[in-house]
Amino acid sequence: MASAAPGRPDPDTLLRNLDAAGQPAARGRLRIYFGASAGVGKTYAMLEAARHRMEQGADVVAGVVETHGRKETMALLAGIPTLPQAEIRYRERALREFDLDGALARRPTLVLVDELAHSNVPGSRHDKRWQDVHELLAAGIDVWTTLNVQHLDSLNEAVGGITGVRIRETVPDAVFDDADEVILVDTSADELLRRLRQGKVYLPEQARHAAGHFFRKGNLIALRELALRRTAEHVDDDVQAYRLDRAITDIWRTREAVLACVAADDAGHVVRNAHRLAQQLDCELHVVTIESLRVQPQPASRHDTLRRVLAHAESLGARTEVLGGTDLVEAVVRYARRHNITKVVLGRTAPGGLRRLRLSLSGLLSRLLAPGWIWHRHSFADLLAATCPEIDVIRIAAPPLPAPARAAATAQAGEREPRRASRLPAYLWALVYCGAAAALSSLAFPVLHQTNIVMLFLLAVIGVALRHGRGPAALASLVSVGLFDFLFVQPLWSFAISDIQYALTFFVLLAVGLVIGQLTAGLRLQAETSVRREAEAHGLYEFARELSSALQPEQIVEATSSYVRAAFDTHCVLYVLDTTDHLLPAAAANATPGLEPALAQWAYDHGQPAGAGTATLSTSTFYYLPLQASMRTRGVLAIACGGRPDLDDAESRRQMAAYGTLVAIALERLHYVEVAQHALLNVESEKLRNSLLSAVSHDLRTPLTSLVGTSETLQRQHPELPRAVRDALHGLTVQARRMHAMVDNILDMARLQSSDAPLHREWQSIEELVGSALAYMRDALGPRRVAVGRLSDLPLVECDGVLIERVLCNLLENAIKYTPESSTLRIDAEIRGGRLATLVTDDGPGVPPDIADRIFDKFARGERESSTPGVGLGLAVCQAIVRAHGGDILLEAAPGGRGARFAFTLPLGTPPDIHPEPDTPCSTTDPTS
Amino acid sequence: MFDYRPNILIIEDDAAIRRFVRTALEGEGAAIFEAETVQRGLIEAGTRHPDLVILDLGLPDADGMTLIRELRGWTEVPVLVLSARDAESDKIGALDAGADDYLSKPFGVGELLARVRVLLRRHGRGGAGQPAEIHFGEITLDFARRTVTRGGEAVHLTNREYRLLATLAAHRGKVLTHRELLREVWGPAYVGNNHYLRIYMGHLRQKLEADPAQPAYLLTEVGVGYRFAG
Repeated sequence: MASAAPGRPDPDTLLRNLDAAGQPAARGRLRIYFGASAGVGKTYAMLEAARHRMEQGADVVAGVVETHGRKETMALLAGIPTLPQAEIRYRERALREFDLDGALARRPTLVLVDELAHSNVPGSRHDKRWQDVHELLAAGIDVWTTLNVQHLDSLNEAVGGITGVRIRETVPDAVFDDADEVILVDTSADELLRRLRQGKVYLPEQARHAAGHFFRKGNLIALRELALRRTAEHVDDDVQAYRLDRAITDIWRTREAVLACVAADDAGHVVRNAHRLAQQLDCELHVVTIESLRVQPQPASRHDTLRRVLAHAESLGARTEVLGGTDLVEAVVRYARRHNITKVVLGRTAPGGLRRLRLSLSGLLSRLLAPGWIWHRHSFADLLAATCPEIDVIRIAAPPLPAPARAAATAQAGEREPRRASRLPAYLWALVYCGAAAALSSLAFPVLHQTNIVMLFLLAVIGVALRHGRGPAALASLVSVGLFDFLFVQPLWSFAISDIQYALTFFVLLAVGLVIGQLTAGLRLQAETSVRREAEAHGLYEFARELSSALQPEQIVEATSSYVRAAFDTHCVLYVLDTTDHLLPAAAANATPGLEPALAQWAYDHGQPAGAGTATLSTSTFYYLPLQASMRTRGVLAIACGGRPDLDDAESRRQMAAYGTLVAIALERLHYVEVAQHALLNVESEKLRNSLLSAVSHDLRTPLTSLVGTSETLQRQHPELPRAVRDALHGLTVQARRMHAMVDNILDMARLQSSDAPLHREWQSIEELVGSALAYMRDALGPRRVAVGRLSDLPLVECDGVLIERVLCNLLENAIKYTPESSTLRIDAEIRGGRLATLVTDDGPGVPPDIADRIFDKFARGERESSTPGVGLGLAVCQAIVRAHGGDILLEAAPGGRGARFAFTLPLGTPPDIHPEPDTPCSTTDPTS
Repeated sequence: MFDYRPNILIIEDDAAIRRFVRTALEGEGAAIFEAETVQRGLIEAGTRHPDLVILDLGLPDADGMTLIRELRGWTEVPVLVLSARDAESDKIGALDAGADDYLSKPFGVGELLARVRVLLRRHGRGGAGQPAEIHFGEITLDFARRTVTRGGEAVHLTNREYRLLATLAAHRGKVLTHRELLREVWGPAYVGNNHYLRIYMGHLRQKLEADPAQPAYLLTEVGVGYRFAG
């Protein structure tokens, strides 16, 4: 869920973007020093380059650098400022770790963070160092780091196969691929072996015991080739990215997509291969597993493996899903069609295939009879190919099983025992059922025919299947056959049979018992699953309905906590945004132990879940789920998951995410209700202000109009009035007009100061505006001369023509006020650095220096308490208008040192085009035109 | 003094303004009728057959714009609008509804008389039709031959420039809104593209005005439109 849907910009986001526009938050650049193995000199190369960068004046800090006691490396590190390491207490021990917060607070331009694959001490913010690096980059800090080829996720297995040493610490390929620069540090195998003999190579803990095996020339050559090839791929990506037009990439992406279908046994292997394939094709990767309605529920360990693999796939950038349904082929095909999948990747081994056959005979039969049989990959692949011929079906070779993995497989097989033990009572019950059937039959033996006794045993099998599932039902079938033979078939009290016909009876009894047992148990499981799913869906539906009627945040909080309790049997805390966009717990949360507001904030900031069961501070007792609505993250839902492994599986997390989405939508709806109410209020007050302004304007101007009109009419009267009266009338006219100008200024100021005074922007010609202002001021200018520079060639400027004319008039009026009638005014305009500057210059006495700096303030005047009229609003209005246009107004030194010059600038844009007119002369002799 | 004794109807709710407008116009020889409301104004206009209507847009009982539209239903009488509002949109609305000119309050008597004269003259000419040519300053505009000369020398105008000038000149003294001009000269599809007018008026002024920045004939009514004064 992106925070902004295309085509529908969120007002909040726009505002934030506006804020951010001033300071572009550039992401830091990541450089990886990449090598084939330990000892090739990655750290050394990194330090050397860092020294060089420092000499160029960059602020470089060594966040964490492992020198392993090597003298040359230590000498290089000595010159670089080192960030002190953080101490983290873990199980009564103080452990030292890279100080992420220290680095973020220090904000250098470049941090050196050695060994990208390092796993952090438990209790650190992130599990992995590459996550720390991620956060540094996000904060705009450049990071240089080192990495060995065997730590790359997709190559980990291959390297394990080559060297026989498996390394647990891996880095997702996405981190490597997204690195801005990869620098390969390369050494020949011979040179490396020489260094090893000289003791210059530090070996990691895991490799030390296998050093002899690891550092064989053949291995080193293979590793070197892997490293070279992987670097080449990265370079190739760079080139591709450079060459490919973005739009083409997008089309490509929508056209190609790889889908990996995984089961537990080789899931990791299939995902890694599919990922590599997707990378090579430069397309999207989807990973699905199918929650098959198999008769036997999947053992917990398999479930865990699948969950881990899906999480891993997500970290590789894949989209994952658990598909449901009885027809797996159909489910996969539907998914593939919906997501434009072009290639489906499958593993080669059937999950639990031969191993299960060895363990139980019932397993073999059940495998044939259960709906899950199709999960056999050969038939699955064939069916898939037949249903969907347009999709390539790719089958991955079985993974190599190195020694430790083989051991693990054995351990996994051993793991089945406790589960079997836990189901022991069910098998006992199967025996009890059979015993009961036998007892009943022996009572009825004299009356009933043997055929009907068989029916009683079948009844027992059905009963077992219904109550206790598939395994016990199979046992019941076997035992029933035995008991029937032993007790009711001649010769009695013996397993021998006299009539060979009974062999058929036994076989049919066994077969029917097994099949009925399978079907019944399967039905039971399906019924259970559908009941559970229905309950989940119903819970979600009820929750959605409750939320849709919520009008207050409190109602959302209440509904959330009660429904989360009902669904997960645990409590939760809802964090919502307050009016200033700060994350706050919605209810009193201080009583809740284990709640970490900082982690909630982290989840909110990064838009990723944090806390229990995630990669970020997994030791926390709460699971922090960011509530992402369509526009933005609206809060965080913290669900208590500590000590509840049942809440840790993919299914629960998916369900929690569904709840989170509902809450997010409800919160977003409330937010927009609030925004709408606020807007309505604004509109109302805006209306009120406008009607007030126009009423004041009308009431003030009407009497002024009659004053001006009446006094002018009297002046023109015939016969003429005495001169003294006419002079008085003239004075009256002039005063009334000044008063009018004042009213204009006051009203303009009031309008401009209302926050959202609209500007009627149009592309205006400054020449026209100057001409119009001069025409308006002609009477007031009196005998003053006005020289206008050449304005015809200037581009159009986008502004509110009426307001800019008002600026010009006010500047002219200001000049008139402070200059004698004999003076000359000048108006010029010119382009100054992307702006149009208009200059109004006079040759009067100029502005006294003591008021020059506050001349644009309201009610500032040139001469205190002088006879010069005016409220001193004119220039303030000019400033308000020009600033509203994004321009500025200044008092400049007049050329020649005399007089005053006001300059105002307006931003120049790109005027719209004009369709050129074919230059046909207007005068033609054609009479029709 | 007017050439004849025109009937002038003043529709204005403020008594003081009515009084001075009446005094000023009667002084020039007009016969004045007054109305305070839109309702009365329509009745007066129907019965008095005025040669000119002076209308205040801020009347108490109804919108002045409604009155203009009603009037235009049956008479071509010139309408001079008095607007106390700053909003240019009101003036544009009145002009588009059919008013001929406007005066912003407060206005001087000189301004009022000048506008009234121009409107009466245009109306008085009435059915006489368009003159074959008009003169302003050194310029002669010959409608029949579609030529413009300046001091006897031909001035080269493009087709659009000529049509813009001719449209303005044909409505001498009347304010033409941006919308009217664009529709007339460029066609209805161009309404809203006011920058065309800015550019072409600039060209015309450079070719025809002595000082393009202080034009004498091709006048700008900022935010409203243009007026040809000649």
